[in-house]
Amino acid sequence: MNQTADFSRRIDEALHNDQLRRNFRVAMGGVMERRAQQFPDDAQLQALREQARAVRANSLVKQPELLEQLERRLTENGIQVHWAENPEQANAIIHEILQDAGARTVVKGKSMVSEETELNHFLEKRGIEVVESDLGEYIIQLAGESPSHIVMPAVHKNRFEVAELFRRHHPDIPYTDDIDELTQTARQVLRTRFANADAGISGVNFAVAETGTLCLVENEGNGRLSTTAPRLHIAITGVEKVVARLSDVPPLLEILTKSATGQPITTYFNMISRPRQPNELDGPEAVHLVLLDNGRSRIRVDEELLDTLRCIRCGACINHCPVYVQLGGHAYGTVYPGPIGITLEPQRLGIDQAGALTSACTLCGACGEVCPVKIPLPKLISRLRAEAVNEQRSSTPLPGRGSLRKSGEAITWRLWQQLNSRPRLYRLFTFFATRLRWLTPTRLGGWTRYRSAPSPAARTLREMARREGFGHE
Amino acid sequence: MNEARDRILGRLRANRPQAVAAPAVYRKPLGWGREERIARFTERMQTVRGEVHRVSRDHWVDWIRNEIPSRGLRHALVGRSAVADRFAANIGEAFDLTRYDRRVDDWKDTLFLGIDFAITGTLAGLAESGSLVLWPGPDEPRLMSLVPPLHIALLDADRLFENFAQLIERENWAAGMPTNALLISGPSKTADIEQTLAYGIHGPKALITLILE
Repeated sequence: MNQTADFSRRIDEALHNDQLRRNFRVAMGGVMERRAQQFPDDAQLQALREQARAVRANSLVKQPELLEQLERRLTENGIQVHWAENPEQANAIIHEILQDAGARTVVKGKSMVSEETELNHFLEKRGIEVVESDLGEYIIQLAGESPSHIVMPAVHKNRFEVAELFRRHHPDIPYTDDIDELTQTARQVLRTRFANADAGISGVNFAVAETGTLCLVENEGNGRLSTTAPRLHIAITGVEKVVARLSDVPPLLEILTKSATGQPITTYFNMISRPRQPNELDGPEAVHLVLLDNGRSRIRVDEELLDTLRCIRCGACINHCPVYVQLGGHAYGTVYPGPIGITLEPQRLGIDQAGALTSACTLCGACGEVCPVKIPLPKLISRLRAEAVNEQRSSTPLPGRGSLRKSGEAITWRLWQQLNSRPRLYRLFTFFATRLRWLTPTRLGGWTRYRSAPSPAARTLREMARREGFGHE
Repeated sequence: MNEARDRILGRLRANRPQAVAAPAVYRKPLGWGREERIARFTERMQTVRGEVHRVSRDHWVDWIRNEIPSRGLRHALVGRSAVADRFAANIGEAFDLTRYDRRVDDWKDTLFLGIDFAITGTLAGLAESGSLVLWPGPDEPRLMSLVPPLHIALLDADRLFENFAQLIERENWAAGMPTNALLISGPSKTADIEQTLAYGIHGPKALITLILE
């Protein structure tokens, strides 16, 4: 059970890293309140969630047709569409486009899908310079780390750590740990990168089939710069991001920004439908879209697990997860952390690779309540927990099903089941458990590391009830 | 890569999930009158540090001449639109003027380092979210509203819609999208360090909306 042991070790490290926990406590302090302030009227919120859920669910119903329509429209508009089944194909496609264009330097807007494919690493190994331009992504690129949150990638770093990184990487710029000045440093450094980059790479928030439009949501302007200043733009996204109509976009946009960062709208909403036209003076001369599957089409086969694909990557579930707030994102060890991570990653990578993640959940239900597209995350997590120890075969293609099954655990639960479904046996057991309670072990492995061992009462509840005069059972 | 395409689409077709009943309308019209729309737009824009001024349709150039030089800004960028001609004809010696009339590839360094502010028109405004709507094009290219440290946007008071949904429905955007369409709601900002808001990261550090009446 390597993955379980590895996950436990990472959890242990995270919980004992006081600096990390302090940083998370400070940064995550206000996110729940900021979201709540955007939804003063619960009835309106629920109506909007219902709308967003329907838009996403119905896009998934017609997904193959919508993807074909999207491809057709984009192609008519002059945007080239590529399909990749896995990260290797996606990276190879992007590398080839860059090579054909003679591009040596790339500025990147934020893209979680490119984290799935480890694109930066792939391109850098092939001599292409890649600069992340979202401030948070830039910080973690300097640190050589991966995002610890899907919306706030550098949330685990405080400003002194950022200041130290900048000092090390930009020795010519005077030291500062003032957040405004650090921001201006990044502006200054990245400006020349934008002006000189050969290509820009971005993600996509929604792809509109009806018009062939790629929509990007952002605050900084780095997304717009990456998709406008270089002569080549490559967008990469998952095949589930397609929506049918342009009129599907306003409700999704509204609930995305309010749920993600508690903003009524982000600074920029950027809709791209074409490369630069002959009479236009800027914008990329070529635009490409890479559609990545990477396990998504497999998830779609199961009627229940399908709901996972409605996700619009707002991160609200992460912000409201009591486990994530304690651990931080890196402890999960996967691209996507938090409730959506422990739901998506075991399906994407296989239970045998990431099934242990589903234990990082108290089933408190907060994620399911805030999800803007009403993904029943607690239900899906329970389902995946069951699948992880399920030995039965089923038509759902979930790789590694049953791989976390342990025979000792299975026998214990079998005994538990027998005990609780046979009244006479149950009474006999509880009688002896109460009479012989002094035999209860005081050390119970991990449980008693921080707690005292549970001990049965002197008499069973049934006996006490009878003594109090409750005759009926 | 057509094999990949066919295999992905094949897998997606292996299952057709049940359609979900969609609520009929996403939002009811808010029924805001002109003054209310202006007030809401202004309030939202100011919340995110956007400046908003109501000026007469005939005097916006005067407003810029009176206000902007004292902020130490001199080098103006305009496009090839009527707005640009109007500005160029009325500024006298107040500003150095650059026209965005060449391909960006030929003057990127000046654009990125030498311009103080740009003036553009807008297609519309959105009252509820405090957003400017731009369709950049040959006369007002995309980078104008993005690269210079200050963006001054002219918004016709009669072109304020309630929200994005109302705009795209009334103006039938689905019939044809431009190369690039934008909603801009304030100056560029980030909260990537300690979730603390900082303005002016990559795009304009300041955004001035002149509502023309």
